[in-house]
Amino acid sequence: MKQIVYQKSKGLTDHQLSYCPGCTHGIVHKLVAEALEELNIIEKAIGIASVGCSVLSYNFFDCDMVQAAHGRACAVATGIKRSRPEAIVFSYQGDGDLASIGIGETIHAANRGENLTVIFINNAIYGMTGGQMAPTTLIGQKTTTSPFGRDLHLHGMPIKVSEIFSQIPRAVYVERVSVHNPRFLKNAKRAILKAFQNQIENKGFSLVEVLSTCPVNWGMTPIKALKWVEEEMIPYYPVKVFKDGEENE
Amino acid sequence: MKKILMKGNEAIARSAILGGCEAFFGYPITPQNEIPEYLSKYLPEVGKVFVQAESEIASINMVYGAAAAGVRVMTSSSSPGIALMQEGISYLCGAELPCVIVNVMRGGPGLGGIQPSQSDYFQITRGGGNGDYRVLAYAPENLQETVDLMKEAFEIADYYRNPVMIAVDGLIGQMMESVSLDREVKKRVIPEKNWAASGGHTGKERRIVTSLFLDPEKLEEHNLRLAKKYKVMIADEQKYELSNAEEAEFIIVAYGTMARIVRSAIEILKDQGIKVGLLKPLTLWPYPKNAFSKLPKSLKGILVAELSLGQMLDDVKICNEGRFPLSFFGRVGGVLPEPEEIAEALLKFKMEVSR
Repeated sequence: MKQIVYQKSKGLTDHQLSYCPGCTHGIVHKLVAEALEELNIIEKAIGIASVGCSVLSYNFFDCDMVQAAHGRACAVATGIKRSRPEAIVFSYQGDGDLASIGIGETIHAANRGENLTVIFINNAIYGMTGGQMAPTTLIGQKTTTSPFGRDLHLHGMPIKVSEIFSQIPRAVYVERVSVHNPRFLKNAKRAILKAFQNQIENKGFSLVEVLSTCPVNWGMTPIKALKWVEEEMIPYYPVKVFKDGEENE
Repeated sequence: MKKILMKGNEAIARSAILGGCEAFFGYPITPQNEIPEYLSKYLPEVGKVFVQAESEIASINMVYGAAAAGVRVMTSSSSPGIALMQEGISYLCGAELPCVIVNVMRGGPGLGGIQPSQSDYFQITRGGGNGDYRVLAYAPENLQETVDLMKEAFEIADYYRNPVMIAVDGLIGQMMESVSLDREVKKRVIPEKNWAASGGHTGKERRIVTSLFLDPEKLEEHNLRLAKKYKVMIADEQKYELSNAEEAEFIIVAYGTMARIVRSAIEILKDQGIKVGLLKPLTLWPYPKNAFSKLPKSLKGILVAELSLGQMLDDVKICNEGRFPLSFFGRVGGVLPEPEEIAEALLKFKMEVSR
């Protein structure tokens, strides 16, 4: 007897993904879509597509989607959630969008305690524009705008977004996860589910930082890229729950 | 009709609530602060949304979000704040989202000053954002006109799915005048917002709000569709007042507070036996080009008066098409002219054209 053992989540459309081979954006999309499906909130969801590789994510999630200006996803999300409090509003943002040009909007949305779910993709590089240095680029990492490697004295240290957001009193849930192997992936799914569950329960601002790969712009094979996450990114960006539950003072 | 004495900014805010404003997002800046102050108190009272954003950039993007979700939304700011909103305004136009933006203008450039000015005519009518886009812009002259427009602006914005700007100067915002807030405004037939990403849609019903079109042919198609809409606005939305024009020797073109001062100047000139008419554009965009075909044959010249160094002057030049001699009078920096100065400028112009 034939049996379906795996199928695409109902939270995704049939649109072909625009991501490069080996990039983990697709996996994170799957996790977000599964969370929407499992929590039965696809029909209540409004997603915000940000600027960067995920700009076309409005084609992929099977719910209402709004494309935001670069960095402004959390301001746009605020406008939507305040106007439609019954909707489940999430943003899906990369590190150029959230950690560089849009860190102000994100911090203030968290500080106001907006009841939002923020999925933050940290791949240590600008993917869409062709591999420039991001605020999250590691020390020594070569990019098209740091051809000699990121230099602490020239470029500062890579920004630790989860650590920053865990200091914000009204952020209720901050966790960093990774999707470089099945064990971590399972954990990432749990975190993303929780970030949406929090919104359903009106708990407030939840942010999940996902360590992600960019094989093309890193100049690596997909397998080597996954290894690079484990060996280079995780030591600097520890995978853990930074904050869970009550607002702090 | 009952009239009450109200400060300009507060009357604008009250009128916005009466016009059906469901959400306000803004950031403090002088001389418009009474608008958010008033709304922070009275919008929540009627179960509507008020958020003080962390910047004008955030404000306009919250407006974008609320508009995308299908509610009647507005913001207010003043010149430097409106400068920061330009990117958002371009996105709103690109994604065809309706909203109302109140601009209580002050002097520039840079931080400039906080006194009344009209030096943002270019910013308002040409726009500082990227791309081929247009914003409907109204420049009322007194508080009554402003509060009536404030209500109607939501209708117009929804009708066209486009931002509408109400551009007043600091004088209108700060001055107290008697107004009637219960005047009926023209209602438009507004189609259901079946484009709004308000949640609850999947599959074929799914709604996407975006201004992104990566395929050049698709983007051109989108641009041409927008242009068609702007053409309708140009045909149907030009608003102006042309008064005392019959047999007039001169016409003074002025809008907003300047139009009000010009009215007094025209009286002074009338006493001296000089017949001067007023052309007051109410819409800055679309510019009331139609008015120029109604100018009398008796005309010897057009004087443009602005609280800028000659910005609307460009549009007058375009509409005049070289027919009548032109002259310009302007005061800037927040300095308001006496009517006598304008009368004097016209007398000087009269000397020049009769030479």
